Amino acid sequence: MKKNYGIVAAFDTTPALYHACEQVRDAGYSQWDALTPFPIHGLDFAMGVRRSKVPRFSLAGGITGFCTGMSLIWWANAYEYPLVVGGKPYFSPMFAFPISYELTILFTAFATIGGMFLLNKLPMHYHPVLKAPQFVRAMDDRFYIVIEANDPKFNPAQTRALLEQAGGKDIAEIDE
Amino acid sequence: MSSHSTDQAAPAILAEVRPASIPRRELVENHRDFHWITEKICGIVEGKTPTWWWWCFGAAAFVASFTVSGLIYLVSTGVGVWGHANPVNWAWDIVNFVFWIGIGHAGTLISAILCLLRQKWRTSINRPAEAMTIFAVVCAAIFPVFHVGRIWFAVMPGYLFPFPNSNGIWQNFRSPLEWDVFAVSTYGTVSVLFWYIGLIPDLGTLRDRFTSTGNIVKARIYGFFAMGWRGSNRQWSNYEMAYLILAGIATPLVLSVHTIVSFDFAVSLIPGWHTTIFPPYFVAGAIFSGFGMVLTLMLPLRAIYRLEDVITQYHIDCMCKITLATGTMVGYAYSMEFFIAWYGANPYEGFAFINRAFGHYAWAYWIMITCNVITPQFFWFKSVRENTTLVWILCIFVNVGMWFERFVIIVTSLARDFLPSSWGYYSPSIVEIFTFFGTFGVFSFLFLLFIRFLPIMPMSEIKMVIPAADPHGADHH
Repeated sequence: MKKNYGIVAAFDTTPALYHACEQVRDAGYSQWDALTPFPIHGLDFAMGVRRSKVPRFSLAGGITGFCTGMSLIWWANAYEYPLVVGGKPYFSPMFAFPISYELTILFTAFATIGGMFLLNKLPMHYHPVLKAPQFVRAMDDRFYIVIEANDPKFNPAQTRALLEQAGGKDIAEIDE
Repeated sequence: MSSHSTDQAAPAILAEVRPASIPRRELVENHRDFHWITEKICGIVEGKTPTWWWWCFGAAAFVASFTVSGLIYLVSTGVGVWGHANPVNWAWDIVNFVFWIGIGHAGTLISAILCLLRQKWRTSINRPAEAMTIFAVVCAAIFPVFHVGRIWFAVMPGYLFPFPNSNGIWQNFRSPLEWDVFAVSTYGTVSVLFWYIGLIPDLGTLRDRFTSTGNIVKARIYGFFAMGWRGSNRQWSNYEMAYLILAGIATPLVLSVHTIVSFDFAVSLIPGWHTTIFPPYFVAGAIFSGFGMVLTLMLPLRAIYRLEDVITQYHIDCMCKITLATGTMVGYAYSMEFFIAWYGANPYEGFAFINRAFGHYAWAYWIMITCNVITPQFFWFKSVRENTTLVWILCIFVNVGMWFERFVIIVTSLARDFLPSSWGYYSPSIVEIFTFFGTFGVFSFLFLLFIRFLPIMPMSEIKMVIPAADPHGADHH
C-alpha cells in the first residue's frame, strides 16, 4: 500500500508563494518546504527558516587548514629534519604564511561544501517529490509548497483547506 | 506585505522626499520569463549537435595534437628540444604558464569578487568564465609538469609526486616556488569546486527534463551529478550560504595566486624582477588578460546561440570597462617601473629597463605596449563598445599583448643580467612554438565539450535577476 508523503500546492508567482509561506508558517507547521527553481530573496524569513549553519563548518575548516600549514612546515623544516637554508631560522611564521594561507582557503572550501552537503542531506537520489510528475516545473518556472504527512499538525482536510485559502493551485497528494 | 520590513522609525522628512528614480539597465532584455530562460539554456544541451560544433571540434582536436606531439617528442628525446640555454633557462615554459594562469583569473573575479560586490550582471557570464578558468589552469599545468623533462620520474612515488623527496630531505618552504605549488593547486581545486557547486541546481533541471522526456540514460548521468538536488528552500538556504562563503574565500585566493606567481620573480635578485610593484601589477595584468579572453569567448557564443537577451550590450559595456580599467593600471605599472628604475639609482635596474625598451628585445616590448596600453583605450568610446566585431578584434590584441608582457619580463631580464660575459639571446625552438600553439587547441577542445554537454549559463542565477523573481512586487522595501 502506498503511503501518503504529503500535500503539494502550486503557485505561479513569487509574491503568491511568499505570502502563502507566511500563512503556512503562522499556522504552525514544521515539516514542510517550498520548492523553487531559484533562491527567493527573503523566503527564509517567510518560512521561518533559521540562519544556515554552514559557516560553522567553514570556520572549523579554515582553522584546521591554517594550523595544518603552520605545523607541517614547522615539523618538516624545524623538527623532523632541521636544515639551514641561507642562514635563516628553522621556522618563522613569516615564510610559513603563504602556504598556511592557501591551505586555510583549501580546507575552508572543502569544509563549506561538505557542510552544505551534510546539512542538505545530499546526495539523496531518492525523494518522494523527485518522482512527482509536477516536479519538473519546480525546476523551471513554478513554485510549490509541500506539507509533509508526518507533521504533527497535518490533517488532510485542514491542510488542504489552508493551502487553498493561501492561493495554492493544482493541490495534490504525493506518495511516499 | 509589510511583515518583512524593518520596524525602525523613519525620519518624518522621508515622506516628502521624492528621490529621483534612476532606471537600472535590464539584465535580461525583451521581458523574457523563467520558462524562456530554461528552454534557451537547456535547449543547447538537449538539441542536436550542430554542424559547426563538429567542425570546430575537429579543428580544436587537430590543433591540440600539436601539443600532444610536442610533448611526446620532449619526453622521448629530452628537455633540450626546447630552446632554453644559458643564461635564459626560464623561457617559454614559464611564459606560457603565467599567461594561462593569468587568463584564468577573470573567471574567478567574475564568480567571486563581483558576487561579493553584488554586481548582478555577472550572472549570465560566470559559468563560461569559470569553465575558462579551469581549462586555462589545465593548459598552464602542462608546462611546469613537462619542463622537468624525465616525466616518468615525476609520477614515481617519492620523486616528484606527492612531493619531491629524491634526496631524502624535506622541501624548502622558504621558496616562492614551493608557495606557488600550493597556490596554483589550491586555485585549481577551489575553482573546480566552485564551478561544480554552481552547476548542481542546473544539473537538477536537466535531470528532470530528461526524466520527463523519457531519456533515462541522460537523466541518470545528469542526476548522478545533481546529487538529488530538489530546489527546496531549506536546501537553498544552506546552498546560498555556502556559495557566499566560497565567493568570500575565492576572493583572497585569486588575489593571492598571481601575487605568489609574481613572487617567483620578485623574490629573486635579477634586475627587472626584483621589484615590489610585481604583486599588484601581476594581479591587474591577470584580470586584464582574463577579461580579454572572456570577451573573446563570449562574443562568438552570444552570436552563435542568439544569446543577445541574456548577454546584453550592458554586459559587454561592463566587461569592456573592466578591461579598460585594468589595462590602464597595467600601463601605469609599466611607467612606474621605469620611474623607479631611474629613481632607485641602481645602475643594473636602470639598464634592465633601458634594455627592454631599446635593446635586442625592443620589438617584443613595443608589441606589449601597443597591445596592452593603447588597445584598451579604445574602450572609452561607446561606439567602439557597441561594435562587437571591433571589441572582439581588440580583445585578441589584449591576449597577444599579455603573452608578450610575460615574455618581456622573463626573457629580457635573464638575457641581460649582471655580467656581460653571461649575456645571451634566446629564441624558441619549433617544438616550443608548436607545443604552445597546441594549448589553444587543448583549451578549445575542453571548452567545446563544455558548451555541448553542460548548461552554459547558470539558469537559477539568471532567473533570480529578472523582475518577476522579486517576491515583493512593485513596493520594494
